[in-house]
Amino acid sequence: MSTSTHPQIDHLDLLESHAIFIIREVVAECERPVLLFSGGKDSAVLLHLAVKAFAPQKLPFPVMHVDTGHNFPEVLAYRDERVATLGLRLEVASVQEAIDQGRVPDPGPLGMRNQLQTRALLDGIEKHKFDAAFGGARRDEDKARAKERVLSFRGAFGGWDPKSQRPELWQLYQGKVNSGENLRAFPLSDWTELDVWNYIRRENVPLPSIYFAHERPVLKRDNMWLAVGEFIHPQHGEVVERHLVRFRTVGDASCTGAVRSGADTLDAIIAEISVTNVSERGATRADDRFSETAMEDRKREGYF
Amino acid sequence: MTEPTSDLLRFATVGSVDDGKSTLIGRLLVDTRQLFDDQLEAVATASAKRGVGDLDLSFVTDGLRAERDQGITIDVAYRYAATPTRKFVIADCPGHVQYTRNMATGASTADVALVVLDATKGLKEQTRRHLCIAALLGVRNVIVAANKMDVAKWDEAVYFAVVDQVNEVSARLGFTSSVVIPVSALAGDNVVDPGFMANWYQGPTVLQALEAAPAGSWASSSSGARLPIQWVLRQHGGGRTYAGMVNGGEFTVGQEVTLMPQGVKTVLKAINGPRGGLEVALPGLSVDFDLTDETDAGRSDMLATAPLPTSTNEFEATICWFSDKPLTDGARLRLKHTTRSTPVRVTGIAGTLDVGTLEVGPASEIALNDIGLVHLATAEPIVVDNYRDNRVTGSFILIDEVTNATVAAGMIGHANFL
Repeated sequence: MSTSTHPQIDHLDLLESHAIFIIREVVAECERPVLLFSGGKDSAVLLHLAVKAFAPQKLPFPVMHVDTGHNFPEVLAYRDERVATLGLRLEVASVQEAIDQGRVPDPGPLGMRNQLQTRALLDGIEKHKFDAAFGGARRDEDKARAKERVLSFRGAFGGWDPKSQRPELWQLYQGKVNSGENLRAFPLSDWTELDVWNYIRRENVPLPSIYFAHERPVLKRDNMWLAVGEFIHPQHGEVVERHLVRFRTVGDASCTGAVRSGADTLDAIIAEISVTNVSERGATRADDRFSETAMEDRKREGYF
Repeated sequence: MTEPTSDLLRFATVGSVDDGKSTLIGRLLVDTRQLFDDQLEAVATASAKRGVGDLDLSFVTDGLRAERDQGITIDVAYRYAATPTRKFVIADCPGHVQYTRNMATGASTADVALVVLDATKGLKEQTRRHLCIAALLGVRNVIVAANKMDVAKWDEAVYFAVVDQVNEVSARLGFTSSVVIPVSALAGDNVVDPGFMANWYQGPTVLQALEAAPAGSWASSSSGARLPIQWVLRQHGGGRTYAGMVNGGEFTVGQEVTLMPQGVKTVLKAINGPRGGLEVALPGLSVDFDLTDETDAGRSDMLATAPLPTSTNEFEATICWFSDKPLTDGARLRLKHTTRSTPVRVTGIAGTLDVGTLEVGPASEIALNDIGLVHLATAEPIVVDNYRDNRVTGSFILIDEVTNATVAAGMIGHANFL
């Protein structure tokens, strides 16, 4: 008789091993996998796990950045540093290119581009004939994500059909798709925000600097602190203030909010998150505030 | 510091539609303060929009538009909660018969089933079906919430009628423990806070029962150690190691291991874990093994210690069938077992389970949501344990070769009650 309740392995060990298991399983069953790398903390952890899964070999698949064109410079620099250090092959699926080529309507120089990511993502998948895309999504992020399988089957249009998901039993991950269809694979499904931070601390996973407290000009819009810069300018009497802030998530610079925080170390961030009473996306994502089912609607159209 | 895993309990809600599973989970999460302010506000807004009161607790987990509009759960929601003593992974499963496959998905990784039933209506057929599936999947401990006791005016007789029904089914299905708790999920009695309406009840609340339930039973096993090989890693200097996730028992450096189905014996030279070299590889760890002898091992082979698994092409299995098109004798499908996929043919249908009487009767086909006993023959040999001994090497899925849909959950051998 043996059990996984052995005192020598903890909760993080099991999450880590399960994620590595999923990554290896998808790579073994699919022809052309890719890892979606935004430079955010979840994709940083995912990349760290993928590298572990195949060490000492090099990562047997490329990473793809779905680039809205509204980037924090710190995040782009971080992306390029990771790619160089780990010897990765980087593909960029560019929203700007999709706009320039007329594949999506131009929302204007300051318009929000998160919605347009879907088109760029699907075009990138099609161009490279990827049949599986790893993403860092977690079920605790959103009520629609909470319903999604670890391997999320997507039909020819890339959309998620929440009413007819494949059964996913035990640890038997089934990644078989026909030509033109694809999978999204979420090895961090069962991780919480706190698990991710505890793992980053344990493993010293490098992160973009904007996750840590720093002073910068911000303005308050829709009850969120937005970073004043290339993509955010004050409008209609909005006041620019300087505050000590950090980012709890990293997305499109035009719709990702900062939180007021003095947490400048991993210990301080973990202490802060442990007692917060606002969810990660609730605190920082304008794109999820449009409607009750914003995430579900985006996924139905092919989003991550 | 993270908690040891004995403090992590995975449980799934089980039971018929409209008996209050999602409301109970919503109540549990709200009363243990697991919800962020913005999430609670969003639930209140969605409730008001649909005119279903100030706070429809089922909306905490019923997150899809269709679920909220129709007032039912369609697919499993996974939620993560922590109390001062324990972490929980909650799979809130649908009750509707049409979504039985999704319930099986949620229950397949559960240590404990939280059965929710409407006390005024007793054990419905759908509840019995879910209990059968939970028992087949290896769940041994159930916590039963006899819900809607407020509607039953907290009548002691209503509660004890449920206790009798549960005890009868529980004995039949071989559950080792089944506590029945009188509950009002709507009012919050006996969920987290004790209910003062039932002075005749001295037992635990739902939360107390969940905190006391044995954790980690999912991975418990009476087989030897197993490593289904997922991937061969090329090491610097030309060597190879064999990667996979350990189950069943532990491997130790220097130990003799058998490569299956080849039956070749070798010695475990070194173990690499996610954090470096290890002397012992425990179940649940992803590792890669360096072996003393050169072998031709590859994906879908298995490394094992005694008692060894069986290598076979023909076997008896219990399946839950998920396809609209019934399974008939002679059908050809694909089977995925551990890391091996192989063509499979149905060589006989031994019967199906009547969830009302719990008797297996003769059948010529297995229909949607039926539980059936079958004989299968695979093109390649698979390396198996009985499901009762090992949930990883004893389980498989069947896949439609044209659509690639997963059409059945399968277990090697049959449960004690069949």
